[in-house]
Amino acid sequence: MTTEPQGGEPGAEVQRRIYELMTLMKAADDRLSKGIGSGEFICVYWPSRGQEAIAAAYGVCLRPDDQLVTTYRGLHDLIGKGVPLVEIYGEMMGRQVGASRGKGGTMHISRPESGVMLTTGIVGAGPPVAVGLALAAKRKGLDRVTAVSFGDGATNTGSFHEAANMAAVFELPVVLVCQNNLYGEMTPVEHTMKVEHIADRARAYGMPGVRVDGNDPLAVVAAMTEAVDRARSSGGPTLLECVTFRFRGHYFGDPMAYIPKEQFEAAEQADPVPRFRSRLASSGICSEQELDEIEAAARAAVEEALSIVTAAPAASLDELDRDLYANPHNCPA
Amino acid sequence: MSMGEAIHLALDQALAADERVFLLGEDIADPGASGPTGGLSTKHGADRVLDTPISEAAILGAAIGAAIDGMLPIPEIMIMDFIGIAADQIVNVAAKLRFMSGGRTTAPITVRTAVYGGLGTGATHSQTLEAWFMHTPGLKVIVPSTPRDAKGLLTTAIFDEDPCIFVEAVRTYGQRGMVPVDAGFSIPLGQADIKKPGTDVTLIGYGRGLVEALGAAAQLEQDGVNAEVLDLRTLVPLDVPAMVESVGRTKRAVVVHDAVQFAGPGAEIAAILQKELFGELAAPVERVGARFVPNPAAPALEAQVYPSADRIVAAVRQTLANA
Repeated sequence: MTTEPQGGEPGAEVQRRIYELMTLMKAADDRLSKGIGSGEFICVYWPSRGQEAIAAAYGVCLRPDDQLVTTYRGLHDLIGKGVPLVEIYGEMMGRQVGASRGKGGTMHISRPESGVMLTTGIVGAGPPVAVGLALAAKRKGLDRVTAVSFGDGATNTGSFHEAANMAAVFELPVVLVCQNNLYGEMTPVEHTMKVEHIADRARAYGMPGVRVDGNDPLAVVAAMTEAVDRARSSGGPTLLECVTFRFRGHYFGDPMAYIPKEQFEAAEQADPVPRFRSRLASSGICSEQELDEIEAAARAAVEEALSIVTAAPAASLDELDRDLYANPHNCPA
Repeated sequence: MSMGEAIHLALDQALAADERVFLLGEDIADPGASGPTGGLSTKHGADRVLDTPISEAAILGAAIGAAIDGMLPIPEIMIMDFIGIAADQIVNVAAKLRFMSGGRTTAPITVRTAVYGGLGTGATHSQTLEAWFMHTPGLKVIVPSTPRDAKGLLTTAIFDEDPCIFVEAVRTYGQRGMVPVDAGFSIPLGQADIKKPGTDVTLIGYGRGLVEALGAAAQLEQDGVNAEVLDLRTLVPLDVPAMVESVGRTKRAVVVHDAVQFAGPGAEIAAILQKELFGELAAPVERVGARFVPNPAAPALEAQVYPSADRIVAAVRQTLANA
C-alpha cells in the first residue's frame, strides 16, 4: 500500500547541507557535460542532472558506515555518499587517480571506505547484491543499513523481483530506492508497466511501499528517514519510489527525441536545485549571499578536481596484469 | 567414503572452522535437503545453512554482497542447467569485481552446482556447462573426479579469495574412495594429478569424464597399450606444465570430457598442446566429448551422447594409427 511520509522538517543545518550537496552535484554534472560536449573531456557518461534531491537525501539520511549500491547513472549518488570528486572524474576519464585506477570506468565506481560497495552497469543487478550486504549486516548483528538505487526500468527485471522478494522474506535492513525518472532508456515508463505507481509493487512482496516527489528534497528526506529507521530497527525493507526527471536523456549526447517538448519544459520550470534555493531563501534559512557562496564553492571544487584529474597520468598498462585473481598461479593471462 | 559424503564433510568442517562461512540455496536445509548438505543445518543452524526461494539471481547476488562484506558464502545452484538465471551475477559481478574496482572489492564466493547428466532427466536438467565459466576471466573452475579430490579442492575453494565454480557430477556422488578426514586437508588449485602413469598416450580429463577415461585405460592395458591418465582437476587455473610434461613424454593425447565436444574445454587444451608440442606430437590431439545435441531424455538415446570407454579407446587407436 502506498503511504504518505510523516514527520516535521529537518533543521536549518541539515537543509543547508542538502543544498550544498545538490549544488555540488549539479555543478559536477554541468561542468562535466560542458566539457564532454565541447570535446574537452573524453568519457562516456549517463547524466544524473535533475535527480539531485534523492542523492542529497542519502547524504543526510545515511551514516558513514551505511552502504550504498548504485548504478551507472550515479554521479549524484557518489557525491551524496562522499566519494571524492577526483576519484569519480578520474575513473570516468581513465586516469590513475580514479577510484579503480581506470579499470572500472564510469559504470563501475566503488569506494568501500565511503560505503559505496558497487556500481552496476547491468540494469537490475544492484538489488540482489544489496540483499547480500544487508544479509551480512544482519548475520553480524550490526545496525547498518544498505540502500540501493535503481531506475523505473529495473523494477521490470526478474533480478529486481527476486531481490525484493528475498529482502522481504529474510526481513533485511535494505532500502530499495527507485529513482523513477519517467523513462527507461528511451521508453516512457507508462509503456513498460501497467501499474501507475511503482511503490504499489511493494505490496506484492509484503513490504511497505512509499511514493514521494523525488524533486522535493525535504519530502525525500522524510520518507528516507522513515525507511532507514525501519531497516535499522529490524523492521525490514522498504520500497521507496522517488519520482523525478532527468534533463540530459539516457546517455550524454542523447538527442531526446522521445521526450515531448511540453514535458521537458515543465520539468525545467520545476528544476529541483533552483527551486530548493528559492525555498531556503524565502524561509530565511540562508541569505542570498550565503547561497551564492555555496554555489561558488561548488564550482570551485569541481574545477579543482578537474584540474587534478586532467593533469593526472592515464591508467598504467601494467594494470592489465593486476587484480584479475588474488592468486594467479597457473591462471590464464 | 563416497563423493557425496566427502563433499558433506568438507562443508561441515568449513562451517565449524570459520564463522564467515555459510551456505545458501534451494532445499539445502533439513528436513528437505537430500544431497551433500543434508544434516548441516541441524548441526550448524538454519541461519548458516539458509534455504532460499527459487531465485537463482538473488541467491548469487546475495552471496556476492555478503562476500563483498567479508563473509565466505557457498551458494548452491541445485542443477547446473539453472545457472543461466544466475549468470549475470556470476559473470558481470563476481568475476569482474576485483578488476573493475582495482582490488577494492572482491567476491570470494564458492558456487557449488551439480550436473545431472546421464540420468534421463532431459535437455534442461542434464547439462555440463563448465566451458561457459572457463571462458570468463576472473572465475576459477573446479571439477573433481574422486572423493578425495572433491574434499581437498572444495576446502581450498571455500577459503580461496577468488570466486570459484565447483562442479559436482551427480553420477559420481556414489563413487567411493579413501579420503583424508583431517579438516586441514586441502589440494591446491591448478595442480593436475596423474591418476595412472603410462607411456603410450595421455588421456587428459576431469570430472566424470576422467572416470570414463580410467575405464578406457584399463581396457587398453589388456591390449598392451599403456595409457597415462592425467586428471586436470581444475580448468582455471589450468596446469599447463603438467599437460605439456605428460604429452611431451607420450607424444599422443586424447582429451575427454562430458561437456559438449564442439567449443568445449578440450578445444582449449588441444590448442595449447599443439602449440607447445608442435613437431613433437606423433598424432593430432583427439577429443572425446559429448555429441553436439541437446541431451535426449530416452536412455537409449542419452547413452549415445556422452564419452564412453569404447569411444575413448577408438580415439586412442586413431592416435596410434598415425605412427
